Amino acid sequence: MYLTAIDSWYILEKLILIGALIGLSFFIAMYTTLAERKIAGWMQDRMGPNRAGPFGIFQPLADGGKLFFKEEITPTSSNRFLFLLGPALAMIVALITSSVIPWGASYVGATRTVALQVADVDMGILIVFGIVSVGVYGIMIGGWASNNKFSLIAAIRGASQMVSYELPMGLALIAVLFMTGSLKMSAMVEYQMQHGWNVLYQPLGFLIFFICALAECNRTPFDLPEAENELNFGYHQEYSSMKLGFYLFAEYINMFVSSAVMATLFFGGYDIPFFDEAAWQGSPLTLSMLTFAVMMAKVSFFLFVFIWIRWTIPRFRYDQLMNLGWKKLIPLALINMLISAALMLFLNK
Amino acid sequence: MQLTQRAKPVDRSPMTWLESIYLWNIAKGMAITLRHMFMKKATIQYPEQQRSFSKVFRGLHVLNRDEAGRENCTACGLCAVACPAEAITMEAAERQSGEEHLYREEKYAAKYEINMLRCIFCGLCEEACPKDAIYLSQTFAPANYARKGFIYSKEELLIPNPVTEREAYQKALGDRKPQHSTTHTN
Repeated sequence: MYLTAIDSWYILEKLILIGALIGLSFFIAMYTTLAERKIAGWMQDRMGPNRAGPFGIFQPLADGGKLFFKEEITPTSSNRFLFLLGPALAMIVALITSSVIPWGASYVGATRTVALQVADVDMGILIVFGIVSVGVYGIMIGGWASNNKFSLIAAIRGASQMVSYELPMGLALIAVLFMTGSLKMSAMVEYQMQHGWNVLYQPLGFLIFFICALAECNRTPFDLPEAENELNFGYHQEYSSMKLGFYLFAEYINMFVSSAVMATLFFGGYDIPFFDEAAWQGSPLTLSMLTFAVMMAKVSFFLFVFIWIRWTIPRFRYDQLMNLGWKKLIPLALINMLISAALMLFLNK
Repeated sequence: MQLTQRAKPVDRSPMTWLESIYLWNIAKGMAITLRHMFMKKATIQYPEQQRSFSKVFRGLHVLNRDEAGRENCTACGLCAVACPAEAITMEAAERQSGEEHLYREEKYAAKYEINMLRCIFCGLCEEACPKDAIYLSQTFAPANYARKGFIYSKEELLIPNPVTEREAYQKALGDRKPQHSTTHTN
């Protein structure tokens, strides 16, 4: 059989990588919640949570523990199966996306090479886009199954927002693909190692991509699906206990993944700035660790910007959101795409 | 009509295209929030740090004793009369022989109650008292689960005995100087 041709070490290696990645996603999501609250506090001249452990580092554990022990309520008029499926889908989708992202330079050992990437598929970035667009079903199913008018409105808002913002996002991406010439995530990183980061050539594309990523993650100023003051927490209004926890957690994992995608597409992925990885003399393990650390630094920076924006800008009105998406971002992205295409053609001649 | 020079007319001109993508204004806002991140925080870490009250703060009542630890109150009832909220009730009793170390004068309050739910902490009882027997301290009544918990008895109001419980007395006294009664002697 074909499967037996793959050695068992390979499967073990991938299983360990998957486990580590899921663990990492949860860990980062947990501490992003703490960072969110801390930074929110600092920006509002407060201290933020600082009672659970030194500097409040156990606060996420306390929050998680609280959610676990909360009463689990399923509304009688809800569709039970779909009600359960909503948060599950949101979480699964959030976790899958990170599989195609290269997290660091491959470890080149004596006998084998271990890639710090679960699946280096040829259409890597398309997989991210495909799965992210499934993510809206978590919101839609949850909102609809709750049998609550607010939840339903929120679900519809979420769906239309996702659809509107995926368009400019895709258009911004196309301009990047013109340059890298590959959909493969590892190839994109290698291209940027040789030619410099994409953000230098595509600043407008990056800006559009970033704005759309905010909308895709349902982050302020595009958090219309959960608008606390008009929709009463929107699609997860009827959720309690760990089901609510899954929704909230999935949101933070989405933030983490989209930060990683932005770092990979525009900021050179695990590329160490002003340093040629090929000239590395030390042990390959150190290089892998170093590149992973650089990648995480870039991701953390984006997470910080996400949080920074959230505590700066108020939420858009719904018509402003749609105007911005359809009348501003799509034309801009189109122009950006056309100009880059023309330039590529001109320079290659 | 213009009342002050501070009024700014609202600019209702339609947004230009650059304004309508909000970027510049968002960048300005983000600069403000970033600046605030590094500012000094206004927070006071409550149980560890506490703000001191004002010198004239009027809090929970204290029934005073003299230096020998005898109760000052003679149950004259002037505080109850002065009280606009009618929060004070008392019952007087006569000092028996052998109780001279407990009560400073021949008459004392056998029962003395203040209803903290009625009290408005105006301090008129303190002003009315001719014996310096009651004053308002710098603490406030803690929360309670039942109404009856807010009716403070004499035992709860009395300051600790300066002779037998010296440390507790000093603590209860705070930064208030004991006022020596010079006008009256037994």
